[in-house]
Formats: sequence, C-alpha cells, structure tokens
Amino acid sequence: MLAGNHVTVRYGDLRAVDDVSFRLEAGQWLMLAGPNGAGKSTLIEAIAGGVPCTGLIEWEGQDIRRLKPAQLARRIGVLSQRNTVGYAYTVEEIVGLGRYAYRAGFLSGGSGEGREQVERALAMTGLTELRRASMLTLSGGETQRVFLAQVFAQDPRVLILDEPANHLDLKYQQHLFSLIQTWLKEPGRAVLSVVHDLSLARRYGTHAMLMNHGKCISRGEIGDVMTPDHLNQVYEMDVYAWMQEMLAQWN
Amino acid sequence: MNEARALKRERFTPLTYAMLAAALLLSMILCVCVGSVQIPFSDTVTAVWNALWGLPIPQNIAKNIILNVRLPRVLCVALSGAALSLCGAAMQGLLRNPLADGSTMGVSSGAALGAVIAMAAGFTLPGSGYGGIMVTAMAFAFGSLVMILSLAYALDRSLATSSIILIGVIFTMFISSVISLIITFASDHTRSLNFWTLGSFSGVNYDQAGILCAALAVCGGVILRFAPELNAFAVGEENARHIGVNVKKVKMSILVTVSVLIGVCVSISGTVSFVGLVMPHIARMLVGPNHSRLLPASLFAGAIFLLWADLTARTLLSPVELPIGVVTSLVGAVAFVIIFYRTRKAG
Repeated sequence: MLAGNHVTVRYGDLRAVDDVSFRLEAGQWLMLAGPNGAGKSTLIEAIAGGVPCTGLIEWEGQDIRRLKPAQLARRIGVLSQRNTVGYAYTVEEIVGLGRYAYRAGFLSGGSGEGREQVERALAMTGLTELRRASMLTLSGGETQRVFLAQVFAQDPRVLILDEPANHLDLKYQQHLFSLIQTWLKEPGRAVLSVVHDLSLARRYGTHAMLMNHGKCISRGEIGDVMTPDHLNQVYEMDVYAWMQEMLAQWN
Repeated sequence: MNEARALKRERFTPLTYAMLAAALLLSMILCVCVGSVQIPFSDTVTAVWNALWGLPIPQNIAKNIILNVRLPRVLCVALSGAALSLCGAAMQGLLRNPLADGSTMGVSSGAALGAVIAMAAGFTLPGSGYGGIMVTAMAFAFGSLVMILSLAYALDRSLATSSIILIGVIFTMFISSVISLIITFASDHTRSLNFWTLGSFSGVNYDQAGILCAALAVCGGVILRFAPELNAFAVGEENARHIGVNVKKVKMSILVTVSVLIGVCVSISGTVSFVGLVMPHIARMLVGPNHSRLLPASLFAGAIFLLWADLTARTLLSPVELPIGVVTSLVGAVAFVIIFYRTRKAG
C-alpha cells in the first residue's frame, strides 16, 4: 500500500536520506532502526510531506505528492515524538481535531460518523473520563495518549510513529505499544515506526529496516534483519554482547 | 481527580454572546452620552433611533454632537477595537504565541510608516484621495509581517516567543526613528502625522466607519472561516500538517488578511497598541482557546475595551484629549508584563 523508490532527501550537500527504497503492506508493522543521525526521522518526514525529497513515494501506485494534504491525512496518520499544547484545550477538542481531513465544508458541523470515531478513539485509549480535562493538567504520558487518540480518530490506513515512547516510563511504553498493536489488528492497516529500543522492535515488529548514514543497510522480515551481523554493522559495536551484559545485571 | 481537572465551559452559551452584545451596545450609548457636553441617555437613543428611521429629531436635542461628532467616532472605535482584537487572536493562534499581536510584532508600526510615507509624498489613488494612504498602509503592514517572521525564523527556526518579540521590538524602534525622520523633514501641513504614532479617533467620519465595517465584514469573515485551522496551528504547525491542514496556503491567507485589516485600522486611527495583545487573553479566560468561540468573543471584547479607552482618553483630562494609544499602551504594557511572566513560567 505504501512504497518508496530511491528516496533521497538533501540538506545542502548532506544526503540525510540516500537512495532508500521500502515497501509496507497491510498487516505489517515496519520498525525503522539505526543510530542517531541515520536519517530515520527524515525519511518519515518525507513520507508525511514535511520535507521535499527526490525519488518516488507511492500510495497504492499513486505519487503521494499529488495528494492534497487532507487526502494524505485520510491515508497516513503521524504521531510525533513529543507533543505539547500551549493553550487550555480540552482532551476532546484535541482528539476532535483528528477529524479535520473529513470536513465537507466550513459551514458543516461534526458528522455523526465523526463523533463516533472520536468516541471510539477516546474509549480505546482510556480517555473517556478525561475528555473534559485541560491539556495543561496532563502528564507527558497522558498527553501522548491524547495525540494517539487524535490519530486514531483521524482513521488513517497507515500509522507513522516517530519514537512515540521515547520519553515515557515503562508502563506507558507498554500501554502505548499494546494500543497500537490492537489498532493494527483491523484489516487494511499498517504501521511504520522509528524505534531506538531494539527489544521493543523485536517484540512488536513484523518487519524491519536498518539505516545508517542515510542509507538502508538491511530490510525484510524482522527475524532476517535484526541479526547480530546486521546490528553490529549498523551500530558499529557488539550489540548482542551489550544487551546480554545489560540482561546479566538482573541475574 | 478527573472532575477537578475538568474545564467548566458549559456555562458559556449563546446567552453569553447576547450579554456581550448588550454590554457593547450599552458602552456605545454611554460613549455617545459622555464628553465635554453631557447628553442625556434618552436624547441619544431618540436621536439615533429617529435618524435611523428618517423621523424628525426634536429641536432640544444636541443633534449635531450626537450624529456628526460622537456617533461616527464611537462606530469607528468599536469597529477598530473589534478588528485589532480579532487580528491579535488570529496571530496568537497561528504563531502559537500568546504575545503575538500587531503592535508587539511591529506590524502596526510598519503600517504607520506606510501611511506617513503616503501622506508625506502626497500619494493618492485616482478617485480616492484617502485610498493611497490605506493601500500603502496595508502593503507596509504585510511587508513588515513577512520581514519580521523571516528575521525571527533565521534567528530561531521554532519561531519562539522571545525571538519574535525581540525582532518586533527592534523593528518597531527602527520604524519609529524612520517615522520621526520623515515628520522632521516633512512640510508643516504633514506635522499632524505625529498622531499616527500615538493613535487618535478625533475627526473620523461615517465614510471611515463604512470602510472599517466593510473591511471587518470581509476580512473578519475570512478569519472566522479559518477557526478550525487556527485551532490546529495553536496546537502546533507540525500537528496541523499531519491532520491535513494545507499549512502554507492557510498561513499565507491569514497573514494577508490580518495585514489588510491592520492596515485599514492604522490608516484611520494611527497605531493603537496592545488591543490585539490583551483582549484575546481576556476572551480566552472567558470562553477557552477554541477559536470557534474565541474569535467572536475577541471581537466583542476588543470593541468594548477600545470604547472605554477612548472614553478615558476624551474625558480624563478634559478639555485636553489624550491620544488613545497612550491609554491602551498604559493598560497594555502592564498586561504585557503579566502575560510575558506567565508565559515564561509556564515554560
């Protein structure tokens, strides 16, 4: 459903993403991993239309650059790494913004289907009781859950996540990834996420792509990609030895 | 715990709008009644009512003061206040910056420079002597806005509050010196240009009220139409793009509209500072940050505030009339400091 062919993003002379190709099909959770500065976030920004790129990014055979912003938002939803709200919006107002791409016109009110989607997103993320709470009173984990509910209300077919649990504690990390896994069970959906935690990638991903210096080092099914050889090459260290050393602390 | 965090907005109903409208109407009538000549409330209502329906006005009523001096002024003040406050609310949402406003960002100063240059150079449009000043003010307002945002962006890509305010202050100081320079070297008849730096509604007429009304109807309509997009921008530009907002198109449309509206206001009354900064905050306290409620509430709040500011300017040291910008700046500067400290504390 989503494919990139020879995607390149340049910042001056620097090739932040260098000739990367990928495919994402329904039911897949593609984990994008690699060291800092590998070009992972830049690649997903290019898919979301945030940075210009060369090459081709296609949605079911159609160049996504030809899609209007609202058309793109109905297909691809993005959850950023860190979200903050400066004004005292309610949780429900922020989640309701997820329905923006479905507005028929500026005089149209919220449709019945739209309201249902918002209700479902609030219920799925456990925010129904907090619906009238001010965003300024929420913790970091709750705020991230609100934006996940927003993207659920947006009802896209592909969910793109940029290190969504990066600053969350363990409980919220597990909660967030479980919610996304439940969302993925509906037919015709797929997830693409940038992750630093390789254990989370192994636990939830079906496919993986390793990047370094803007290039794709390896891509395919998770078990084939996240091997010691590939990981050592990408991270330029003995990853398995490090992880075993960390695990040994608990034994 | 969740109950404690719930916002109590259910009290804000259409009745609240009706109350704001009633407060505006009462303020307008009061501003017509009070001045160097006190006019009874009943006389004001009778004169305006009869004039509206083409009925004869009794001889004992000070018809000239009510209909030719105070009413056009009150209309211009209310319309300018509403327009400036609406522009402030739109800019604060668009830039996600509670200190954004025509005066803090130097847009009003830019518009004033345009007006002063047009007047000093005698620039007019065919068929409308006044149109030249207005068009130049609008063009300079837009140019200033683009310049300030570009400079702030070059300094800090996140367009942080402090960067925009810093550039705005520097830009305003620069423009003020240019205006002073023009006034110093301009001929005697243009010395009255001084009022553009302080603001005044003295001598305004129904034509100008009509221009303001038309500008507010068109530009205000455009801004109100963008309420959902402003909500998205107020949450964050990146998030706005992700939910499907055409970020570049919407941003440009709002900036042009705001510049036109500020340009029209400045060409009529000069720079009236801080209305657009303070009033959206008051409105936000009343109705919350959702722009579908905030924008209309800002319209009313701005109109009412400027009417009272103008009344103070006319009556505080009567018979001497203070420039209205002096009153709004005194109130606004204090509010600015409070808001700035609260913003900094909130991080």
